[in-house]
Amino acid sequence: MTAMIDIADAQKTFTMHLQGGIELPVVSGVTFHVNPGECVVLSGPSGAGKSSILKMIFGNYRCDSGRIGIRHRGTLIDLATAEPRQVLNIRRATIGYVSQFLRAVPRVATIDVVAEPLIVNGMSRADAQARAGELLHRLNIPERLWQLPPATFSGGEQQRVNIARGFISDLPILLLDEPTASLDAANRAVVVELVAEKKRQGVAMVAIVHDDEIRHLIADRIVDVTSFAAAA
Amino acid sequence: MNAPAYNFAYLDEQTKRMIRRAILKAIAIPGYQVPFASREMPMPYGWGTGGVQVTAAILGPQDVLKVIDQGSDDTTNAISIRKFFAKTAGVATTTATDEATVIQTRHRIPETSLHANQVLVYQVPIPEPLRFLEPRETETRRMHALAEYGLMHVKLYEDIARFGHIATAYAYPVKVNARYVMDPSPTPKFDNPKMDNCPALQLFGAGREKRIYAIPPYTQVVSLDFEDHPFEPYRFNAPCALCAAENSYLDEIVTDDKGGRMFVCSDTDYCEGRQAAGHHGSLSAAPYKEKAQEASNG
Amino acid sequence: MADQNLVENDEPLLVAKSLSKSFGRIAACRDASFSLYPGEVLAIVGESGSGKSTLLQMLSGQLAASSGHVSYRMRDGITRDLATLGEAERRFLFRTDWGFVHQDPAQGLRMAVSAGANVGERLMAVGWNHYGRIRDTASDWLTRVEIDTARIDDTPRTYSGGMRQRLQIARNLVTEPRLVFMDEPTGGLDVSVQARLLDLLRSLVAELHLAVVIVTHDLAVARLLSHRVMVMKGGRVIETGLTDQVLDDPREPYTQLLVSSILPP
Repeated sequence: MTAMIDIADAQKTFTMHLQGGIELPVVSGVTFHVNPGECVVLSGPSGAGKSSILKMIFGNYRCDSGRIGIRHRGTLIDLATAEPRQVLNIRRATIGYVSQFLRAVPRVATIDVVAEPLIVNGMSRADAQARAGELLHRLNIPERLWQLPPATFSGGEQQRVNIARGFISDLPILLLDEPTASLDAANRAVVVELVAEKKRQGVAMVAIVHDDEIRHLIADRIVDVTSFAAAA
Repeated sequence: MNAPAYNFAYLDEQTKRMIRRAILKAIAIPGYQVPFASREMPMPYGWGTGGVQVTAAILGPQDVLKVIDQGSDDTTNAISIRKFFAKTAGVATTTATDEATVIQTRHRIPETSLHANQVLVYQVPIPEPLRFLEPRETETRRMHALAEYGLMHVKLYEDIARFGHIATAYAYPVKVNARYVMDPSPTPKFDNPKMDNCPALQLFGAGREKRIYAIPPYTQVVSLDFEDHPFEPYRFNAPCALCAAENSYLDEIVTDDKGGRMFVCSDTDYCEGRQAAGHHGSLSAAPYKEKAQEASNG
Repeated sequence: MADQNLVENDEPLLVAKSLSKSFGRIAACRDASFSLYPGEVLAIVGESGSGKSTLLQMLSGQLAASSGHVSYRMRDGITRDLATLGEAERRFLFRTDWGFVHQDPAQGLRMAVSAGANVGERLMAVGWNHYGRIRDTASDWLTRVEIDTARIDDTPRTYSGGMRQRLQIARNLVTEPRLVFMDEPTGGLDVSVQARLLDLLRSLVAELHLAVVIVTHDLAVARLLSHRVMVMKGGRVIETGLTDQVLDDPREPYTQLLVSSILPP
């Protein structure tokens, strides 16, 4: 089987110039792969570098050395050396990211926030909104809120909007950064369902989940990040 | 010569040559504003210093000069300029459009069709049609050079947006020879069609602004407009009260302080010619004078 | 690296090669190079005097570079060096395929002329000669930038700062340019007005697939609008990359300082 994500010996260090240039090693020797239809959960204590790895896979954090291989339209591309434009293309067509926090644009209606990834990829506004509506409905966002900008919502509601936005598109790779952190049991169950559906569609996923129960429900494999902790 | 103290037609010959060169260039580039070294004239700016210099430069001893101001031969300005050249050049003067070889004008084109042996000299206050929209001379010159005339339509657009029609009634911009946009001087737009394909040479002199421009004989002159708001010459919808002319440009004259008014031809020569030929309006000269007397008596 | 999905826009729209500008002994901009692709938004960030405005002026052909080249792929598909364009061609480009949004709307608008004519001017400049159609198009654009069409005959003098800026945007976009330069477009506006403008810009840029070079000192503006950023300091480009990469994982000391100077929301 061809891996969707193939990371080899990736390394990341922060240099804090404002603190006298101290070097802050984050991770080194990161090596693992993710197959289609598989959900890999990163484990390890806080500060072990789970989020940093996720961000490196998304191209949000730069990689100092090593390889971040991403299968994009059938070709394995090294994100660590890709041109910014290519990274953007990969994000548009291949990798989705569900973060804990919604970076919402003021004034845009919730339904449009959720539908946007589909519209960007060429779906008609009406179709995209219909699918956005279905997802919002499943995640228990009442329809009366759909036309309001999510900035006014509670933390849990905002997170659900974010989940809907992350799960709506048919991207072959999804990165989940604590998708269930502040959700109630009912909505956590919806997220578990959504992950299972994505697996059936062959989506490769990397997740960070603190909740043991959820981790147990979604993980096919667990990668312990502690082994990548960079020795200073 | 009755005024030996002056050179013929007031200006010295060097100045005339300079002006003639500017005129030749202007004729060669129809509608293009040619800078020239405008001289101080024995009259204030705004009284036709540009027109007078052009006239002085082209006048010959055989010429017959007519001067009109707002169509009239007998206003102060017209009479002064006529006398000025009668004195400094000793040329014959006339009020008859047909007989004149050089006609200097302020704000009108005669009603009588001009012919090939005539030169019409316009007095121009502000030669730059783009001036009120674009105050920078460097920029307007560049716009002319590159034929960027979108701005001219902005003015017409504003007219329609504000008044529902193109309300510009005088100094209505024209495009000359399909190239330069030109200000025809503050003539009423009624006169614009007369500039097109005109057999006479038309010269424009702006003394204060130091510019000369020209329309050679038989040159295409098109008034700017929009497809859905075409150019329309405007005149008061009335016959001349003196000569009953239906197709001449009319002046509105207030006759009393009770709202009385009459419309008469602005071109006095044309009007008098028609009256002499037997055309009479509702208030032809004689009856009108009687009525005026009755009014003052009663 | 080969990538099939880039075929539609695999040629850059604007390419800057080693652009430098000196004013006497002062090097205002040194050796700036980049390529901008259709639909791409590039933010140039840096403090006053960093050379970002000088760079913008060179890119938009308003200032001759001391050395280096800017080339642009014209609508006919042919890439031309801006320095070889005649003035007529450059000005034509400027009022058709390019837009320029100034920080001060008074610089980009005719303040004494109605909003409708401000928007319509670029159309009239390319030969539109039907009042009704010009007005309909202007009115359509006013709606798109959220200006009440009842205000179409008012001059921008009677508009608020935010409205003026939106009018300036409409005036620039009416000829459907492919490239728009923006110089601090949200500078000098109230925060709430800024948010609305950014939002509008963001959706217009996406909808019209505009390429944008935006100069700003406001990293929040860069984050919201741009795909890529170039950080300038002392006339040099010191860091460049994906916007979120540069802002979340800044490498250069100066960029780290810039990022850390933002007040948390």
